[in-house]
Amino acid sequence: MSVISEPVDATATVIAKPRRSMAWLGILPFLIFALLFLILPTLNIVIGAFQNPAGEFTLANIQKLFQPSILASYWISIKVSVASALLGCLIGFAIAAAIVLGGLPAWIRSPIMTFSGVASNFAGVPLAFAFLATLGRLGLVTVLLREWFGINIYAHGFNILSFWGLTLTYLFFQIPLMILIITPALDGLKREWREAAAILGANGFQYWTMVALPILWPALLGTFALLFANAFGAVATAYALTGSSLSIVPIVLFAQIRGDVLQDPHLGYALAFGMIVVTIIANTIYLWMRARSEKWVKS
Amino acid sequence: MNFWRSNRFWAWIALSFGILYFALPLIGTFEFSLRMKRGEYSLEAYRVILGDPRFQATFLYSVMMALLTIVVGVLLVVPTAYWVRLKLPRWRPVVEFITLLPLIIPAIVIVFGYIRMYNTSSALPLTGSAFGTDILMVAGYTVLALPYMYRAVDTGLRTLDITTLTEAAESLGANKITILAKIILPNVLVAILSGAFLTFAIVIGEFVFAALLNRPAFGPFMQLIGANRAYEPAALAVIAFSITWLCMGLMQLVTRLQQHTQVKQFR
Repeated sequence: MSVISEPVDATATVIAKPRRSMAWLGILPFLIFALLFLILPTLNIVIGAFQNPAGEFTLANIQKLFQPSILASYWISIKVSVASALLGCLIGFAIAAAIVLGGLPAWIRSPIMTFSGVASNFAGVPLAFAFLATLGRLGLVTVLLREWFGINIYAHGFNILSFWGLTLTYLFFQIPLMILIITPALDGLKREWREAAAILGANGFQYWTMVALPILWPALLGTFALLFANAFGAVATAYALTGSSLSIVPIVLFAQIRGDVLQDPHLGYALAFGMIVVTIIANTIYLWMRARSEKWVKS
Repeated sequence: MNFWRSNRFWAWIALSFGILYFALPLIGTFEFSLRMKRGEYSLEAYRVILGDPRFQATFLYSVMMALLTIVVGVLLVVPTAYWVRLKLPRWRPVVEFITLLPLIIPAIVIVFGYIRMYNTSSALPLTGSAFGTDILMVAGYTVLALPYMYRAVDTGLRTLDITTLTEAAESLGANKITILAKIILPNVLVAILSGAFLTFAIVIGEFVFAALLNRPAFGPFMQLIGANRAYEPAALAVIAFSITWLCMGLMQLVTRLQQHTQVKQFR
């Protein structure tokens, strides 16, 4: 099936060449749409990041990114994204491994995959409400912990409107995304590899550290990068959860666009440009690693 | 063998942890949404929310936006994916890369770009009127849905022999529009539907575009309620989750149906 999808060989393109001048018109609407509503708006921001209000080239906006308050925003954004991606990877991997390799009843898999599809799309404002209703000051878990076990988590420094609160909330869509992506990769671990390792005398630990994990490594690292970008660009969840009390980059940018804070539109462009740079780095790692892992996991 | 036995134990631990983590917020939200009347569980919060005229207006607006996005997305993606597979295989990586860009560029950056590019002093002042801004909304949502829509349709097309289908139709005198509407579209309908349900789930509660373009959509309404009320947000979260659940359930259903019909075809 995948053979068809591979790039057509050279002879076919040579034959197609005389008609190509007309054929590309067929995707013109798509290209115009992409240009108008995706590529040009983004380029506009990137260019704006290197311009002063008079429209001349400058690096001053980029330099302003390095002031302590903005660096702090990037830092906390990166911390939340790394923490939620890392925990999302670990927990998601554990659950996926439990489904695929753990010898659980077979019927358990389908509902978990369906639920993961739902939960990975349940980001945004309602997710913030769900966690406020659960772990907020009057939330179910907060109240139950206090009444049943006498533990007041808020007295112990927990706050849903904080770094850990946000990370815990992001995990609700990060873990399912990890499960969705890594389960096929785990399925791709061939039985023969495990058997071959066992025949050569490897125990389970050795099989994992010397065979399975090296094969899964690109997929794991790649998914980590994807989860990172996923958390880094999220606005709605954080905004509905914390208002502007936790100044992660997307929230600073959101407030800036609404005209509340920085009073310098070009600094806003630079902020957005910084976000693009970070997510491009993360996604380049993802695509690169995915290409590497597909070599092994295919078929 | 012993190792794999003990594995089962850890598998149950991991699964139980997962179920606990995912069930508690859902139970917590539901329980919270019932607490509006003191001392008893009631559906008061739902009554208040569903009776709120702003709920009805914003929800309707977002449903309209979602449907328009699906229509625009289908009109844009199906011909393009078809044409790329039929005539422009060399363009495939380019088109695929473009459809993946919305996963790389944060939505907030795209909408910021719209505001800068289509403001009232620009050549195309779309943000100047409500209608123009709605065009931007639909365009933005189509961009957000592009990765999912394109992937769904392209995967659907993969199972078809579009070259043979196209040649057969052409030899019977059909033009390209007829081929797209009467042959390609019905054959990838399942893929389109699954892309459409996902699009609906994404658009219905979307916040950033609507808030920054200042349109009365469901997402900003939810945020407003969240900032001002105690119990209604939980009810809204339950409603939103049910919609997402419904969309994903329908998506699973149509995909299952497709697998059934495909197996039958092969037989």
